[in-house]
Amino acid sequence: MPSIVKPMVTHPGLERNALGLSIRDYEGGMSTLCAGCGHDSVTAAITHALWESGTPPHMIAKLSGIGCSAKTAAYFARGAHGFNGCHGRMPPIATGASAANRDLLCIGISGDGDSLSIGLGHLAHLVRRNVRMVYVIENNGVYGLTKGQFSASADVGSTTKRGEANHLQPIDPIFLGLSVGATFLARGFSGDKRQLVPIFRAAMAHRGLAIIDVISPCVTFNDHEGSTKSYLFTRQHDVQMTVTDFVPPAEEISATIPDEGVVSIPMHDGATLRFRTVPDGYDPTDRMAVIEHLLSARGRGEIVTGLLYIDEQSSDLHELGNTTYRPLTQVPYDKLCPGSAALAGVGFR
Amino acid sequence: MAAEHFENSRSKVNDFALKLANVNGTGSSSANNLLMRSIFRMGVPVSGKNLFPSNIQGLPTWYEIRVNRDGHVARAREYDLMVAMNGQTYARDIAEVAGGGFTMYDSSWPLGRDLIREDVTYLGVPLAEMCNDEFRGPRERILMKNIACAGALVAMLGIDMNVIAQLLTEQFAGKDRLRESNQRALRLGHDFATQHFEYPLPCRIEAMDATQGSILIDGNTAAALGCVFAGATVAAWYPITPSTSLMDAFAKYCAKFRRDPETGRNNYLVLQAEDELAAIGMVLGASWAGARAFTSTSGPGISLMQELLGMGYYAEIPAVVFDVQRVGPSTGMPTRVQQADILVCAYASHGDTKHVLLFPASPAECFAMAANAFDLADRFQTPVFVLSDLDIGMNDWVSPALEWDDAYVPDRGRVLDAGELRELEVYHRYEPADAESVAARTLPGVSELGAYFTRGSGHTIEGAYTEYPEEYQAVLDRLARKHTAVAEHIPAPVVDDHAHAPLGIVTLGSCELAVLEAVELLAKRDIAADYMRVRGFPFGAAVRAFLEAHETIVVVEQNRDGQLRTLLTLETPVPKEKLRSVLAYGGYPLSAEDVVDGVTKIQEA
Repeated sequence: MPSIVKPMVTHPGLERNALGLSIRDYEGGMSTLCAGCGHDSVTAAITHALWESGTPPHMIAKLSGIGCSAKTAAYFARGAHGFNGCHGRMPPIATGASAANRDLLCIGISGDGDSLSIGLGHLAHLVRRNVRMVYVIENNGVYGLTKGQFSASADVGSTTKRGEANHLQPIDPIFLGLSVGATFLARGFSGDKRQLVPIFRAAMAHRGLAIIDVISPCVTFNDHEGSTKSYLFTRQHDVQMTVTDFVPPAEEISATIPDEGVVSIPMHDGATLRFRTVPDGYDPTDRMAVIEHLLSARGRGEIVTGLLYIDEQSSDLHELGNTTYRPLTQVPYDKLCPGSAALAGVGFR
Repeated sequence: MAAEHFENSRSKVNDFALKLANVNGTGSSSANNLLMRSIFRMGVPVSGKNLFPSNIQGLPTWYEIRVNRDGHVARAREYDLMVAMNGQTYARDIAEVAGGGFTMYDSSWPLGRDLIREDVTYLGVPLAEMCNDEFRGPRERILMKNIACAGALVAMLGIDMNVIAQLLTEQFAGKDRLRESNQRALRLGHDFATQHFEYPLPCRIEAMDATQGSILIDGNTAAALGCVFAGATVAAWYPITPSTSLMDAFAKYCAKFRRDPETGRNNYLVLQAEDELAAIGMVLGASWAGARAFTSTSGPGISLMQELLGMGYYAEIPAVVFDVQRVGPSTGMPTRVQQADILVCAYASHGDTKHVLLFPASPAECFAMAANAFDLADRFQTPVFVLSDLDIGMNDWVSPALEWDDAYVPDRGRVLDAGELRELEVYHRYEPADAESVAARTLPGVSELGAYFTRGSGHTIEGAYTEYPEEYQAVLDRLARKHTAVAEHIPAPVVDDHAHAPLGIVTLGSCELAVLEAVELLAKRDIAADYMRVRGFPFGAAVRAFLEAHETIVVVEQNRDGQLRTLLTLETPVPKEKLRSVLAYGGYPLSAEDVVDGVTKIQEA
């Protein structure tokens, strides 16, 4: 199959990151999604955040399930291994990869069908295990590859292109996460890369599972009047609940940003999250308060975006498992095999 | 005591079967173990099979002990001694006593007239009465009733009281009060028996030295140890009978052997998954990232894993799956044994798939085949199934002490490191393939030069997406060749063809002991038979040669449909009509008599 090859021309003046790599080094194959697909914007934001973070591409592991979203794992970080698994099963596959090699930066790309229908159970348990990874849900309310059926995130009353309305209650991954103990929850809009990039940076630095639900309109099957996941509807109802800067460990906090009213949250690796804009009384570390704010926003019909909840204190998979700091894949065999002498006490004699 | 029972008494020494019928949840298993272990300690070949219900308390449970000086300890179908302690099952239990045999029962209550058989001797021991007088509290009375019963059996079977005392001392080290009450209960039963019955019975134990150098171990424990020794670091599972004790044992031995003494941190991670789909997903993810990873499950779990097993096959990701088989279909009988997952594992998942199977016959093979399985999975980059079963997995077997070759080096297969990648002009995931049709893989976290996109969708030899027939088929055809290449790496079949008979009996797994005994019994009936136990799939030249060399082949296995027979007809050139089946699939372990009856019927037809 003649895959679509991306031209590899890099402008010499392109900015370099700490590793001396330009953003082109974090790109992947050419997208085969529809022109204008929200997912391509999400890919661009992830690419940018990865480049900014200075992660060596080979230390990234890209994982996905099945669907339009799943394809996008091929469209960034060509220097990273990718795993396009089975429908809904990316969370356990990512759990295994992270269990084996804790040094990998695992980026999971999923969709609303993958995460909220066929793989909902896996997602809930991924949250409970607090597997250290970035988990992106490219959420468009429809099944694109099978041509426009409602997904589990479709709002009540939202219509298909033919005008049929959805009557089933939607599953909101943010509320799901809050109810089962998620430690990082954000929502973005594919149309707002400026908001997405710092959220992805923070997610990559988070010690634990970072879920980013990105409203990412499907231009072909769910961008019409009557859809609540269209570009227009999302723009009209998007309310940025929080605006967050991600300040990496080494950088000093810029003096141009006023400190007044800013909530700063230190991250585990020394970075800082600065919540510049938050509503009165909103504490992104207070689960109950966040739930209250989100519920009342939902009552007002708002699509709330921003980094909504963060918990840097909880243990992740490897802390809970008391696993060695060295990736299990790198523990030499002589440390794994107890040797024949250990068999002396085995069995009843 | 009828004197005629003693006439033939020599023949029953170290050659008999007894069955203990109990109610589950009453603590009978520790008394059962005590008996089985004491016979083992007296150097006599023995087996103990636990026929337990899928229940925690209140349903019938049996424990069968077979003693045989020649090592024939497959399940017996008739019992020389029935210990009938469960009123619910009296009728069924007493019906299973061999003519001229004995029934021991709790004579605190009278036995119904309808339960009296003329050809059976009844030994009434007032266990409840004795224990109610001797012990306080309902729990202790119930527990000690079992031990008192064991005491009576010790007397009747001629078991050495010193051996029993030593076992109690070991079992209750540091728990003097418990040891003392057990000792007292044991003595209670023992003294009653010696005062009221002629003892020992004709079916009795005399010390031998046939268990020297042997151990008692169950297959799940042995398999778990095998995984520890083979270097497995990630294990993912979902609890399911009868495989649960495998992962319990893995966690236990890892806690013992795999905690870094300097850091106190674990060189392993056990993940209890949300379901079997997740368990196999975790295994594939971990193997893809470079760990040796495995799961343990049973039939229903295998059904749930199908989709990802197909992905492991097609994307060429190692995985080791222990399937401790139980009775299907559906939920089936979770605490009964069958070998009915052969075909579902051989061809797991939709599309054209073929997998690698290993068939251990004993705990020792469970241990050894763990390393085989990881080596094959890594070398051929594919899922490998170890098809154990409930009988091997959960019962204690007399086994040669486990042996490990310290010179063992894991065969991790073709995995390119950063240096090797730098020397390549370009890396492609699925080419070039070696003589065994295996292409080198790379691991994440090593080098950008080895990066590729693993996919279950149609792919080219470069690993890129395709929908073109010739590109898709190039990969699929190589997978078929690769599967064929595995055959000569499968442990060779165990063959005994010294009879040079036209009849060959083929079997697998836990059928072994029953079939070997049957071959001897058949020889006494002038039916000579050669023997082959296959130890894995795909089948190699030795399997084909045995099938070719015999006029009639009888395949003995524990399922309804003759699954091994089907696999042999599909995957070797043997003519279908040459293969006949002897099948046992009611859920109890196979008996030699089942095989003798089946083969005789075929020979007479």
